[in-house]
Amino acid sequence: MSMNQTTRLAEICAAHRHREGPLLPILHEVQAEFGCVDTECEIAIAAVLNLSRAEVHGVVSFYHDFTSQRDTRPEVQICRAEACKARGVEALMEAASQAAGDRVFIKTVYCLGLCSVGPSARVGDRLVARLDEAKLKQLIENS
Amino acid sequence: MSGDAITARVSDDALARACGADEVAAALVKAGCQVERVSSWGMHWLEPLVEVDGKGWGPVTPDRVQEIIEGGAGDIGIGLIADHPFIKRQQRLTFARAGKTCPLSVEAYEATGGWAGMRRARVIGPAQVLQEVVQSGLRGRGGAGFPAGIKWQTVAGAQGEQKYIVCNADEGDSGTFADRMLMEGDPFSLVEGMAIAGHAVGANRGYIYVRSEYPDAIRKLQDAIRACGALVAPFEVEVRVGAGAYVCGEETSLLNSLEGKRGEVRAKPPLPAIEGLFGCPTVVNNVLTLAAIPHILAEGGAALYDGLGIDRSKGTMPIQLAGNIKHGGLFECAFGITLRELVYDVGGGTASGRLVKAVQVGGPLGAYLHPDQFDMPFDYEAYAAANALIGHGGIVVFDDTADMGAMARFAMEFCAAESCGKCTPCRIGAVRGVEIVDRIRAKGTDGGRQPDRIEIAPQMHNAPKDARSRADEIQLLEDLCETMKFGSLCALGGFTPYPVMSALKHWPEDFGG
Repeated sequence: MSMNQTTRLAEICAAHRHREGPLLPILHEVQAEFGCVDTECEIAIAAVLNLSRAEVHGVVSFYHDFTSQRDTRPEVQICRAEACKARGVEALMEAASQAAGDRVFIKTVYCLGLCSVGPSARVGDRLVARLDEAKLKQLIENS
Repeated sequence: MSGDAITARVSDDALARACGADEVAAALVKAGCQVERVSSWGMHWLEPLVEVDGKGWGPVTPDRVQEIIEGGAGDIGIGLIADHPFIKRQQRLTFARAGKTCPLSVEAYEATGGWAGMRRARVIGPAQVLQEVVQSGLRGRGGAGFPAGIKWQTVAGAQGEQKYIVCNADEGDSGTFADRMLMEGDPFSLVEGMAIAGHAVGANRGYIYVRSEYPDAIRKLQDAIRACGALVAPFEVEVRVGAGAYVCGEETSLLNSLEGKRGEVRAKPPLPAIEGLFGCPTVVNNVLTLAAIPHILAEGGAALYDGLGIDRSKGTMPIQLAGNIKHGGLFECAFGITLRELVYDVGGGTASGRLVKAVQVGGPLGAYLHPDQFDMPFDYEAYAAANALIGHGGIVVFDDTADMGAMARFAMEFCAAESCGKCTPCRIGAVRGVEIVDRIRAKGTDGGRQPDRIEIAPQMHNAPKDARSRADEIQLLEDLCETMKFGSLCALGGFTPYPVMSALKHWPEDFGG
């Protein structure tokens, strides 16, 4: 970890440590800023919150939103839960993974809350609904 | 001349935006209109919906904007929105403001009856509030249907310096979006409901636990809380963001997550009402439960609520029509409506125009219902009696191309992916469930299984030495489902058997038989 990152991590921890149940807010911010919560981060966070590293690692590994390794590829989340399946998302998946190749990370999520207008996807904080093959391909290629 | 400008209303709901509402709004502004971003009416097949003087057009694309301004575009016009049959058939209490107000306007909220419930609650005092919530017959809208008033009374009677109100906004069920729409479209009503709950049970802190998949709802709630902080003081509310774990919609797992732990389910008792967040007495209620409270606490609201619905299912239920349905969206009505009415009369059948094959009610853990069962009334007890559940009121329609065997497999797969790992029936049962469903559905075999190397070893005295037939595998799946249903700690493992067994019962042909 660079000096900058160490300082930043300390700032994030300091900003949240007074809150009730500070671990998840800290992890969210670390994940958003560093792209992952790696071993060094776990050790530093554990020290601030007076937890063991195992406890922090247990939490990091439990939740889908936290990753231990940084993935620099752009991420496209595609919902493959029941309602989107009923609207045909499975038929688009092959075209999606072809369009993505090794360049884009396709992440399966279960429900974006757009269940009446699926299939739907999310890129960053942007949601897109009523996807067909062409629209999904375009979304992936532009990500 | 801004005085002459046409005022057009476009929803800023996440679903409308995902369908292109921002682009339509931008085109309207460019064409010289005044644009108001309001909540969504809940007619999702018409989004983005543009409203001018009460009349609606949808779905609108930016290139149709000019025609609408000139009063044309008749092919996508629906006339007066309030008179649309989809809206007219509803009885909206929780969603009374849907489509009508700007979500973050404190003035609009107040002008439409907002804060009246809270003010009255503060006048009549906690004991009377508790009594009215009990009297209303309101049951938890999260799925279990536990009477809200009883839960509140328990917390009010519990000893503790600190008490909490926790709002469960971890709406992970596929086919449900009412919580999201409420948080995005009417966030103040949720905060008001929580403040009333806090007043009633003696809690001064509240948390709203929102799933991370809802960025718009998170942002709007935070803005709303900032805007009304002084009004609800001394009650304090804070938004906490989930981290992608479905199981955190289970209340004890949610509490662990709020505490900064793994979202593992806790054994009950102790109930969260006695020992909840940080070991303190805690009310955990769903978004829709808390948002129904301001209405109930308004003058005469409790009696009105109690007068709606059937048997022990009182009041209205925001039902979510989703999946392969022509007219999908939010439909709030009193309990007692049948699936036939919902799917065909209101929903207009499938979006694909094909036959309806199955309907899943209540999210990923709800049973698949066959069209033969469509006359069952929407009621907690009637569904429970049919081995089904209302859950959070989500209805997902499938047409005749759906492979119900694959859906049964997915139910097990989902449970395996999302299990918190605390109890064995769920953690291991779901994995074994996927394997058994795969063997039953395996092509080119009779669906059975040969004993493996270890099982045939002479020292494995109790292991079966004969091959299992397809019928044996089905029996095994039924046994496994029984074990999961009665042996799991929470609804994830406990209810996964519902979609699996209902699919197997009604559509055995989809399991390769």
